[in-house]
Amino acid sequence: MFFRRFLPLLLCLSLNGHAATFTFTAIPDQDETLLRTRFGQVADYLSQRLGTDVAYVPVKSYAAAVGAFRNNQVQLAWFGGLSGVRARQLVPASEAIAQGEEDRSFQTYFIANTRTGLEPTEDLSTLSGDLSFAFGSKGSTSGRLMPEFHLRQQLSKAPQDWFHRVGFSGDHSRTIALVQSGAYDLGAVNFKVWERELKEGRIDTDKVKVIWKTPPYPDYQWTIRGDVDATWGEGFKAKVTRALLEMDDPALLAAFPRSGFIPARNADYQPIEAVARELGLVD
Amino acid sequence: MSGASNNTGRRLKRLSFGFVLLACLGLLFTDIEVVTSEPWGELARIGIGLLTPDFLATEELGKALLNTLAFALVGVVIGNGAGFLLALVFHWPGVRQTCAFVRAIHEIFWALLFLQVFGLSTLTGVLAIALPYTGIFAKVYAEILEESDQRPWRCLPPATGWLSGFVYARLPRAFQNLKHYSLYRLECAIRSSAVLGFIGLPTLGFHLETAFNQGLYSQAAALLYLFFLMVASIRLWMRLPLLPVYLLAAIGWLPWSLHFSSELWVHFVTWDLVPAPLRGEWGSQTLSSLGRWLTPLGEHALLGAANTLILSLVALVGSGLLALGLFPLVSRLFFRLPGRSLGNALLIVLRTIPELILAFVFLLVLGPSMLPAILALALHNGAIIAHLIGRQSDSLKPLLPGPGSGRYFYEVLPRIYRPFLAFLFYRWEVIMRETAILGILGVYTLGFYIDSAFEALRFDQAFLLILMTALLNLCIDALSRALRRRLRLADTPQQVNP
Repeated sequence: MFFRRFLPLLLCLSLNGHAATFTFTAIPDQDETLLRTRFGQVADYLSQRLGTDVAYVPVKSYAAAVGAFRNNQVQLAWFGGLSGVRARQLVPASEAIAQGEEDRSFQTYFIANTRTGLEPTEDLSTLSGDLSFAFGSKGSTSGRLMPEFHLRQQLSKAPQDWFHRVGFSGDHSRTIALVQSGAYDLGAVNFKVWERELKEGRIDTDKVKVIWKTPPYPDYQWTIRGDVDATWGEGFKAKVTRALLEMDDPALLAAFPRSGFIPARNADYQPIEAVARELGLVD
Repeated sequence: MSGASNNTGRRLKRLSFGFVLLACLGLLFTDIEVVTSEPWGELARIGIGLLTPDFLATEELGKALLNTLAFALVGVVIGNGAGFLLALVFHWPGVRQTCAFVRAIHEIFWALLFLQVFGLSTLTGVLAIALPYTGIFAKVYAEILEESDQRPWRCLPPATGWLSGFVYARLPRAFQNLKHYSLYRLECAIRSSAVLGFIGLPTLGFHLETAFNQGLYSQAAALLYLFFLMVASIRLWMRLPLLPVYLLAAIGWLPWSLHFSSELWVHFVTWDLVPAPLRGEWGSQTLSSLGRWLTPLGEHALLGAANTLILSLVALVGSGLLALGLFPLVSRLFFRLPGRSLGNALLIVLRTIPELILAFVFLLVLGPSMLPAILALALHNGAIIAHLIGRQSDSLKPLLPGPGSGRYFYEVLPRIYRPFLAFLFYRWEVIMRETAILGILGVYTLGFYIDSAFEALRFDQAFLLILMTALLNLCIDALSRALRRRLRLADTPQQVNP
């Protein structure tokens, strides 16, 4: 009975649902509150610029963002370095079209609980193996990929084999909370999140401080599916790119948060892909 | 006292101490170090948050509440219907095993699998609840039907049709139990539905996880209070005649649009889920690359399985001890009404808070190790068992004067000990399933590796590890059934559940 009654309903809705609402998502990397409110404004802006319905879908994990992009549930996504590389591997002909101005030289900060007595250092191999270390989310470029890469380089060992304990907090804000509370001695954080929380007064600098900064690397970017022109007409991809690059309303840019967007190409993320390959995080 | 009962008494004792000993042994091999830390700042913020709930901070709060209820309701109704039909043919070969298999996999893992095919859609949420619940309903309903009074059914004239016989002679005897159990499952489903928000479905958990992650404890407190309210009030608003109304409202409310392409589905099943070295053409290298693929995976699987087993064992014993300590709080034999309702409130809170959140709070206080996970699981499951045996003890007519330790140790404890063990062993399978979930917290259980595989988009590895988890679960289920049989404990919760 369930099927007799609802299957036709389901089918018809699914066919209608496909009728060209251009949908985008953004990886949940930092401020996850009021997502709909903030990204809803971005959707309105895009809708007005593109002359078509635009919707935003919130997701909970990097993998879910990539999954939605792959399923064509979203056609445009604000990815991190690693999630973008993964998404473009899975969806042929997809393209990185814009990145934040800050994303050309993004950084990860290593933070330490002051109880450890650690001072800023140049040499990570001076870090004691008795310490514990917290990464952010497993799929994060700034919270996992780049810090793990530099740790491996300087320690010549996997972090799991060097440190007493290695965990994944799941989120940059939580990494800060866990290091500040002393649950972990060390942590790797996205520098934008660190700066924002510092400004908001949520960090007690007597308890936690920065001891090392990674060299800059390329991070976040907008990636679009290759088949959007087929659905929304010739030149649609170029129109989306232009709309993103010309976004200058500070209220909209605050959602990311970036000072503006600049052009990007797939090749810009070659270094990230190489690192991910080396760590065995992509095939 | 007869020799036989003395003998079982000794067996019960041996078994109980054996398990405690095993758990202590497990603790030796577990990482339960308390890391000295300064949690007080964060804890103070949590405390302040709990005292100053902010009900306005969450966007689309009403929508999240209704979604939570609607997913739970639709999922439970489908699971209930399908489970009921399967219960009628539970003796058919394969049905029992299939049901055991689907319920051995946690809702979150089902949801993560469906997510790849159906995206973040209503169907993903509903199926993730309906599928494992079907397995649970089928088993429990089959047991209820088997155990209910069969005499009227046997007295029917031989020409009676199967359907009328069933409807008039079997169903009525079992109906009350079926109804009670459904209501209990609805409570579970609301929890499940909320927890599905942790992976992205638009339920209460979506906002709850965010609020906790970001340290917005006033918002988190408001969401938790609403969640308690929803669960605690079920018996007030859930009435059988109103069910169709609720159901239609839920179906009408949920957005059913779906981005489904059969091409993607086929690709997912025939490519993504297939071990990477076996995809496409097989050559002379296939076997060796399969070996290379399996080696690290096997290591993870074994380490994860060992951690999962130890954690579940320690949590099981912890739950048992806690339950024995907590149940007097809700028992008529020990406390009068005002005190008892306080105890009841405590147990409701403990059993309703998602374990993940309990574990996170303990993580802040105790630092990262297995300890937060053990405490979270023990508190949650201990509270459930305490509630059940507390109710059980209410039906006893005490002979010894009370309340006091004499009544507790010499009368009530011996009389409730068997049902207590039955509940506890029945719960083992559930604890196992939940242990896997805590892996998401960074405890290296099977769930940790499954989550990592999903996060790396390696669905073949995730799938194999999920199968491992299911297998481990089936083994535990079989073991606990064997133990219950051997000790002649009630085999199902219904036999001990008044």
